[in-house]
Amino acid sequence: MVTAAADKDILEVLASVLDPEVPAVSIVDLGMVRYAEQSPDGTVRVGLSPTYTGCPATDVIVRLTEEALHAAGFASTHVETVLSPPWTTDWITPEGRHKLEAYGIAPPVGSSADKKSLFAPSPVVRCPRCKSLHTTRVSNFGSTACKALYQCDDCQEPFDYFKCL
Amino acid sequence: MKWATCDLTDYALRKADDTLVLGQRLSQWCGHGPVLEQDIALTNVALDLIGQARGYYQMAAAWRADGSTEDDLAYRRDVPQFGNHLLVELPNGHWGDTLVRQFFFDTYNFYLLEHLAHSPVTALSELAQKAYKEVSYHAQFSAEWVIRLGDGTDESRAKVVESIAHLWPYTGELFEDTDLDRRLAEAGAVPLPSSLRSLWLQKVEEVLALATLELPDPAAYMQKGGLHGRHTEHLGFLLAEMQFLPRAYPDAKW
Repeated sequence: MVTAAADKDILEVLASVLDPEVPAVSIVDLGMVRYAEQSPDGTVRVGLSPTYTGCPATDVIVRLTEEALHAAGFASTHVETVLSPPWTTDWITPEGRHKLEAYGIAPPVGSSADKKSLFAPSPVVRCPRCKSLHTTRVSNFGSTACKALYQCDDCQEPFDYFKCL
Repeated sequence: MKWATCDLTDYALRKADDTLVLGQRLSQWCGHGPVLEQDIALTNVALDLIGQARGYYQMAAAWRADGSTEDDLAYRRDVPQFGNHLLVELPNGHWGDTLVRQFFFDTYNFYLLEHLAHSPVTALSELAQKAYKEVSYHAQFSAEWVIRLGDGTDESRAKVVESIAHLWPYTGELFEDTDLDRRLAEAGAVPLPSSLRSLWLQKVEEVLALATLELPDPAAYMQKGGLHGRHTEHLGFLLAEMQFLPRAYPDAKW
């Protein structure tokens, strides 16, 4: 039987698994966990949504998740990636957004549904440092697949923006 | 009529080869981009494409059900077995050549994925829904560059006009209906390539107009062969470099 207590324990373990490329947020903050449950035979089954198809962190995250579960005493684990429905930045939790901004990465603006068209205008992104809305997109592609490069026109700091997907 | 699994396998392999070969081409820009941001942009796109290629190779390997893996399919097949379009294997050339090639392919890939996302074949539709969102960023990036180069300096304009003239004959193949495509499209599994052509032409014409450039003759002579394993001499060199390590050291582990 799956008990609520067991699921809560599992979720606590998952909340300790940090994204190796953005170590300010966990896989729970990023909304990557589709399901987490313990089967009657004791196996912990976790489904994770990969953020980008080519994200090199995905394989590492699967491994880190298994290691964290083993360390917490769950001997038998089965972690799989779930493609559908595709992960969206809309699933990043409010806490995750707050952590991203505190870390210096502007969280996604608006909903991913806003950028259905091929030439959607760039959103107004708030500078994570001085909070100015007066910022400019430098490039839609940044240090990792999930980020764009922006610069603040007031404090002049360049910063990463976690772009809508 | 239901589709045949062997047809789906071949279809997935063609899409895998397209994205792998172009991803490999773009990764050759790593460390050579004109400025850091654009170098990073192209390698980001390369990464997305290789991620998509992995998805297609994994489904092809699963459908073959003969024990072959995604790596076997990417690294243990030779030129005649590759079913990518000729466009993606062409050398990078200069920045304008690379971005025009990318613009032609991204725009095609955008509409392809938009339609594949509705495929009744779950594996294809799941990957397409995911990749579609990534490719919308690629398509915007390459279109912006075509506009910037075309409507830029005399030199950038002259160069990009030449790139378009050189690459245009390789765009017709993107919409070639092979027997495989017809069988799968009749069964409702995938869109017929030719059905995407008007969408593509319209978008390309729109972007070229913004770039103050002219659309080449859509009825011009077009190159073919890639889908049937007949490639340009360039693919062999690309595969030789990419496949060297796994062929020389078959037991190598990452």
